[in-house]
Amino acid sequence: MSKNLTTDNTLENAELSEEEKLLFSNARPRPYEPYSIKAVEDFANWARANSLWILAFGTGCCSIELRPLMTARFDVSRFGIAGRPTPRQSSVFIIGGYVSVKTLKRIIRSYEQMQGPKFIVALGSCPANGGMYFDSYNTINQFDLYLPVDMYITGCMPRPEALLSAIMDMQDDIKAGKCDGANRYVNNLDWYKANQKKVIKNWDMPDYNW
Amino acid sequence: MITEWLGKVGDFSLTLLIVTVYGLLVGASIERIIAKVQGRVGIPYTQPFINIIKTFFKRTAVSHGIMFYLGPVFRIAGGIGTLAFIPVLYGSETFSNFSSAGDLFLVIYFMFFGQLGMALGAGESGHPYSAIGIARGLSQMTAYEVPFALAVISIVIQYDTLSITDIVAAQQGGWQNWTVITNWVATLAAMLAFLGMTGYSPFDIFLAPQEIPIGPPTEFHSAYLSFLQINRSLFGATKLVLFMNLFFGGATGWVELMIKTFLIYMVAIVVGVAFPRFRVDQGIRFFFKIPTLIGILSIIYVQMVITS
Repeated sequence: MSKNLTTDNTLENAELSEEEKLLFSNARPRPYEPYSIKAVEDFANWARANSLWILAFGTGCCSIELRPLMTARFDVSRFGIAGRPTPRQSSVFIIGGYVSVKTLKRIIRSYEQMQGPKFIVALGSCPANGGMYFDSYNTINQFDLYLPVDMYITGCMPRPEALLSAIMDMQDDIKAGKCDGANRYVNNLDWYKANQKKVIKNWDMPDYNW
Repeated sequence: MITEWLGKVGDFSLTLLIVTVYGLLVGASIERIIAKVQGRVGIPYTQPFINIIKTFFKRTAVSHGIMFYLGPVFRIAGGIGTLAFIPVLYGSETFSNFSSAGDLFLVIYFMFFGQLGMALGAGESGHPYSAIGIARGLSQMTAYEVPFALAVISIVIQYDTLSITDIVAAQQGGWQNWTVITNWVATLAAMLAFLGMTGYSPFDIFLAPQEIPIGPPTEFHSAYLSFLQINRSLFGATKLVLFMNLFFGGATGWVELMIKTFLIYMVAIVVGVAFPRFRVDQGIRFFFKIPTLIGILSIIYVQMVITS
């Protein structure tokens, strides 16, 4: 399907067999520029900040902190935040705590299926530096080597208030146009992919999961 | 002739805008009411509008083929088509839309058309949960269409017309002339079907966010999704207007319309917050038992009591 494209615009998908290569797109994602009219971009950013849909994928133990946010005490829907069960429609991925290598593979697949602009919030100490799993054989220590992070919340584990405050800080950043993780990922895709493949030994998916 | 037609199209566009905005606002109010039941504050009234703007301004979108594009288009065409043949305000030249003889048939056809278009579009997305959602949604739709169709047949016999405007006209002159009083059996069957139509609990298995990520629209994102979101409120409000016209005497002003449609919607909400979810087979069995029986009874009732 993409034979006409030059090699610069395609990904190798080297780990797939010849048959499987035909099943997946090998197009390389492109970075997206903001709208040329500033008022339009500001308006879009305002809407993006006030309608954050969180992917309902709890990747570790800190995800337990997401549940109180939805209930009566914190009621995060006041700020336009809602859970969304499918990555296609979500815009925020909350990495809830430690990331094992097995989960990392699923996180990458889900993140790449999300539609930009998309944001990652790293919740807890583990995605930042490994936390109490720093010497574990199957847990990664520094999450931003593998996917771009827009907001860190440290603590083990952080209170829901901390999460709420971080999301509101991120809303300010999005309004100012500073949350550009999706473009960072696409611009440095080769570096991120090399890091990912270094830890994920059984890489049996295309280089970019469209 | 042409200016007259253009005027009509202009009038309809105005109706479309008002009904869509009203649908979005009602949706937000209902969300807030449900939130209050759960002890929360709930979303701001502007939230549905912001959600649509956000999905529209997404930077990327992937496609799964031509039908995937056309799915949301068919869906919104179904919504607009349904509204186009329903007189929104009785006695108003501007808001009577393209209502004419036999429009009740067209409306029921258009209500089906959107769902089928959506099924085709979601089917091409290739996601297994979409397919499961469609199978459940369409089977549930088939089930609730039976009591609804029986109720409609009943009131068609009662008023001896297929025109919604004439049905509304026959109900004028006080609440004692409304179908809900004169033919309460048909209204009961239709209101039970309405519970299935709105997709609230106990008949929300086809959307089931936890089990099959929101069912048919699982793969729809970005601008496709904004189409579906607009249609959801437009179609929801249109169905409310249709029920108001058929069973609750129609409306002669916007305030009357808003009060009546809101109260009709509250029926589904009160049932929804009180009852847990049916499995799809339980839902279908439910519709084929009591509501269908009531629907058949309503036709007998009309034949024996009203028209004789």
